[in-house]
Amino acid sequence: MAQDDVEQLLRYPIPNESALEPPANWARLRQRCPVARVALASGDEATLLTRYDDVKRVLSDPRFTRPTPADNAARVADVESGGVFNSEMATVLPQHGEGHLRWRRMIGKWFTAKRMNALRPGIEAMAERLIDDMVQQGPPADLKASLGFPLPVWVICDMLGVPDSDRDRFAAWSDMMLSMTRFTQAEIETAQVEFGRYMAGHIAAKRAEPGEDLLSALITDTDSDGERMSDATLVATGMGLLIAGHETTANMIGKMVAMLLADRRRWEQLLADRSLVRTAVEEALRMDANSGFGMVRYFTEDIEIAGTVLPPGTTAVCSMAAANRDESAFDAADEMNLGRSPNPHLAFGAGAHSCIGQPLARTELQTVLDVLLRKLPSLELAVDVSDLRRVEGLVVGGLRELPVRW
Amino acid sequence: MKVFVDQDKCCGAGTCVMLAPDVFDQRDEDGIVVLLDGQPSEGLHPIVREAANVCPAGAITVSDNA
Ligand code: HEM
Ligand code: SF4
Repeated sequence: MAQDDVEQLLRYPIPNESALEPPANWARLRQRCPVARVALASGDEATLLTRYDDVKRVLSDPRFTRPTPADNAARVADVESGGVFNSEMATVLPQHGEGHLRWRRMIGKWFTAKRMNALRPGIEAMAERLIDDMVQQGPPADLKASLGFPLPVWVICDMLGVPDSDRDRFAAWSDMMLSMTRFTQAEIETAQVEFGRYMAGHIAAKRAEPGEDLLSALITDTDSDGERMSDATLVATGMGLLIAGHETTANMIGKMVAMLLADRRRWEQLLADRSLVRTAVEEALRMDANSGFGMVRYFTEDIEIAGTVLPPGTTAVCSMAAANRDESAFDAADEMNLGRSPNPHLAFGAGAHSCIGQPLARTELQTVLDVLLRKLPSLELAVDVSDLRRVEGLVVGGLRELPVRW
Repeated sequence: MKVFVDQDKCCGAGTCVMLAPDVFDQRDEDGIVVLLDGQPSEGLHPIVREAANVCPAGAITVSDNA
């Protein structure tokens, strides 16, 4: 496919009916066509990478980053807005080199393992409260709406020092800013403006009266060059954390629980041995066949991948989900093995741009699973697996809802 | 076993510290890895190897001869 002239380009994202299973052609792409030309929804052409080694190498290559608006990269879709790393974040937050490193190190201390351990009891209390509310309303319930969607917003609001009473507004803005299909462009823009205005006010309030939160600290901190973050960068950082950390984690909670309940022996295995929770979370991240678009890299120099030289100007789409099923990297890659270890999956990317929120995401996923196993051991799907539906959208994959009973 | 970390490569994702807090730590100011124990005891070898394996930045290396 990559080399010949057949103009029948594979459409990307690859349509997939199944909510939890990978599309059939991933295996074929990895084997026969590791560097595949694809047509994106915008009509632009890109290069799809599906092998573990290639995806890992490209994502960790410091020369290449997510395209900035200045690059002449292929557009993912026709719409201007939406997307995890949309224009606002990409133009204000440093994406490349030293600037990116400085920004990352300034927020890095908020995501250390130690801090996560300190956050865990709070996350546990939030999960318990949300599950209690869900139980009170009685089965069946949509676990995604009752637990997966609110929990990560509560956690981020907590980190940013946003009062509990504003959580719902945060959740609504986040939903609108990320949605590409459910809201109109005007609604999305309004959400962005309102959110930006809220954050500016919030930052002014924190400046006047600092609290124990990330933004208060960033206001007074200096980076390694002794510089302070500008207000625009502070707003973008708050927005970036919400956008990068909400929908991803919310969907992953739903998909993880769905995968564990789809074959209830998995759930029972966890009930019998809680020490598997940590590796089970990693395995769910690896197995997630519906993780979304993948990560885009814009090549500014020649790079050879699997025998093909890709010229500067190439837009590469790295499918971490396809790479995570690569038999050359994982034994019995298509089997969900709750004790798999080590599990060097690429769900959080790799290298200097890999997810900075990954310890937080892990802590949330592990805590949710622990609390569910403890409080609702009889949990099961309330519909057939084949009735689970994917959310339509481009960037972050997930289930529309996750009907459960107990 | 000898363990090495490369602070320039580290992206502060904390995966190693979550797995082996007796061997790895992170600097308070930016989350970059700090090696606590360059020659961990036998019982820790599997988890340290796992940490090296899953480090997103490839910043941890392990050598077995010693
Ligand atoms: C299961 C949940 C999550 C998944 C699957 C996920 C996935 C990812 C991936 C694949 C990247 C790499 C982007 C690239 O290489 O271009 C990334 C970056 C990022 N993530 Fe996450 N993420 C999750 C949760 C979170 C959370 C909870 C936060 C914070 C609250 C967060 C904050 C970030 C940030 C700030 C970046 C940009 C890092 C940089 O450019 O240096 N993520 N995430
Ligand atoms: S896992 Fe790797 S990147 Fe993450 S803190 Fe440890 S050494 Fe750094």
